[in-house]
Amino acid sequence: MKDIFVSSSPHIHSEEDIPWIMRQVIYALIPGALVGMYFFGLPAAKVIVISVVSCMVIEAITQKFMGRAVTVSDGSAALTGLLLAMNLPAGSPWWLVVLGSLIAIVLGKQVYGGLGNNPFNPALVARVFLLISFPVQMTTWLQPRPFLLKVADTVSGATPLGALKTAVFEHGSIDIVGKLNLMDPFLGNIGGSLGEISAFALIIGGVYLIARRIISWHIPVFFIGTVALMTGIFWVINPNLYANPAFHILSGGLMLGAIFMATDMVTSPITNKGKIIFAVGCGVIAVVIRLWGGYPEGVSFAILIMNAFVPLINKMARQEKFGAGK
Amino acid sequence: MKTFKGGIHPPENKVLVKDNAIIELPLSKVFFVPTQQHLGAPAKPVVNTGATVKRGQVLTEPMGFVSAVVHAPTSGTVKEITKRVHPVTGLLAPYIIIEADGKDEWAPGLPLERDPFAMEAKELLNIIQLSGIVGMGGATFPTHVKLSPPKDKTIDTFIINGAECEPYLAADYRLMLEQPERIIDGARIVMKVLGLDSAIMAIEANKPDAIRLMQEKTPPEIKVEPMKVKYPQGAEKHLIDALTGREVPSGGLPMDVGALVHNAGTVAAIWDACALGIPLIERITSVTGRGINQPRNIKVRIGTPLKDVFEFCGGLNDAAKIIFGGPMMGIAQCCEDVPVMKGTSGILVLTEQETNLNSYRSCIACGRCLEACPMGLVPSMLSRLGERSMWKEALDYNLLDCVECGSCTYVCPANRPIVHFVKYLKTLQREAKAKGKGA
Repeated sequence: MKDIFVSSSPHIHSEEDIPWIMRQVIYALIPGALVGMYFFGLPAAKVIVISVVSCMVIEAITQKFMGRAVTVSDGSAALTGLLLAMNLPAGSPWWLVVLGSLIAIVLGKQVYGGLGNNPFNPALVARVFLLISFPVQMTTWLQPRPFLLKVADTVSGATPLGALKTAVFEHGSIDIVGKLNLMDPFLGNIGGSLGEISAFALIIGGVYLIARRIISWHIPVFFIGTVALMTGIFWVINPNLYANPAFHILSGGLMLGAIFMATDMVTSPITNKGKIIFAVGCGVIAVVIRLWGGYPEGVSFAILIMNAFVPLINKMARQEKFGAGK
Repeated sequence: MKTFKGGIHPPENKVLVKDNAIIELPLSKVFFVPTQQHLGAPAKPVVNTGATVKRGQVLTEPMGFVSAVVHAPTSGTVKEITKRVHPVTGLLAPYIIIEADGKDEWAPGLPLERDPFAMEAKELLNIIQLSGIVGMGGATFPTHVKLSPPKDKTIDTFIINGAECEPYLAADYRLMLEQPERIIDGARIVMKVLGLDSAIMAIEANKPDAIRLMQEKTPPEIKVEPMKVKYPQGAEKHLIDALTGREVPSGGLPMDVGALVHNAGTVAAIWDACALGIPLIERITSVTGRGINQPRNIKVRIGTPLKDVFEFCGGLNDAAKIIFGGPMMGIAQCCEDVPVMKGTSGILVLTEQETNLNSYRSCIACGRCLEACPMGLVPSMLSRLGERSMWKEALDYNLLDCVECGSCTYVCPANRPIVHFVKYLKTLQREAKAKGKGA
């Protein structure tokens, strides 16, 4: 007789493992990535490829160097690479992308012990690191142009949130920005990071993730809801100084952040109650930075700050156990 | 359809064996009867080596109320009383080894015929105790104890558990299809003992023919209730919750909410004991899985060595794991020398493809275990604490509420052996408690 194995129950297992989950998130990012490539053309494709490949290579080298099992095939490094690319300007130079990958994988993930042990979202650690270290490159936005009309020049434009901030700083009013068009940020015809421009494409991905039960609806809905509520209140108070909530929801990194970055399993709370607390916190911080901070956009900072609270939230916000007496 | 919160939907795999009628296994030459086949205090042998025993003769004496006796599965000679590996604990435990004489002679006066409904409740309870009946779904808690609630507890709901929510297994299903009268009449005895005039028979909706047959055969006072197909629907606490909306309090027993659950097989054994005087010396079990050549539902004597069962079922093929019970809560066996016991609700032989021998990784906090946990716990945290042997901290995460149903571990994408860690933490806690007492 061959060897018989003895171990604890259960003796069967679901087919859904870590690589499966990573693949689902990658699939969900495809619409947003395609829109980015459509509006920003070849440079965007280049950023995605460099980011994904360098994240995978760096992960393999780091794990080998640290004497850990090499787990590149699980798709986690590829996903980090794709998320990082989505968070970078489409015209980023190659070295910026590689440096970002290095920060994300090594500082964001492997120094803590690898997947599952990192307190902060690795792609956001890299984004914020780059934003602070290379403010010029990180805010040089390509002008969106539909693919077929693409001309091979790098026209620099502003993001809607950037234009807003400038208007407030220079004129003390947002009137100068004119009537804010909402259809462009919905479809993606605006300046911004590679993968954040089309709310529509990102929502499709989000719906897929919720339907596949990879993420729950709590974080996106409460994050976006909090932003809408808060910006709505200030808009009602003074529409000359504060943009309307629809504009805030559709522009900047909110959709990408609320659907894909804040919902990272490892760095968000585990119970639904905890997720709500986390998402509301993210929303409040993001709005505070957008309305009164030095940066036009605060979603990344907000998520990273709330990441730090996750262990505490997990400890406090438990689910009710069976038989607790009701 | 009625159900509970949480749970999972593993592939059923019952098709391997569910349509095979119950066959009686030929008598073995040697029987290995563990003296402890129940939860609770041990029982000590009352026969000596060399003694002649008859089928149904008492072999042990219980050492306390929460204990159960065992009986000789056939006639023969006590060859040896010795210690061998116990299928449930994995530790050395006393066995009474009986060499069969092949005559299979009953103990004097057995089987008999009497009308259990003409007897007093107390008398019936006594018979159940003397017949060594324990929970046959796998938990093996002595049945007479469950039927003797303390004065301050009133039981108003009696549930016959025919859910059989473990994948693969179909023994209760076959029993319901082939011998419905034994279950129904056994249930009526339980109702008489408890002084109840109604009962609920719970069956998962994936057994429509069993539901139909039971609806046909049951008297109006026994209501057949189809249950949603979801694991662990047949877990005592969740069955009660689904049917009555009452939650057994943390650390409590079903009787705390006025409920009592007995497995269909247990109820059938109660009938045999009360009406025919036959103690619990055989049971029906499913021998299944892709690692066995001919999956079968068998009627088998307690103490039959596993290798005789396998031989009868065409032998093993590519076996990677041998399990007593179902794939979710069953206990892996180390060898083919262990015997069938009172609580062996299934004998599962899984191939490497069917089972899960992969290594595990760090928790990615996906939260699937929280969603699956029918007890509302945080299994991911228990597994992290288990890795670090932190049982005191685990108590704060409701370690002792875990029923080890395995739902969390089944869904874990990092393949973490959460139930293993829970069992480990519980052992540490028990040891620490025992040490505290000794000091």
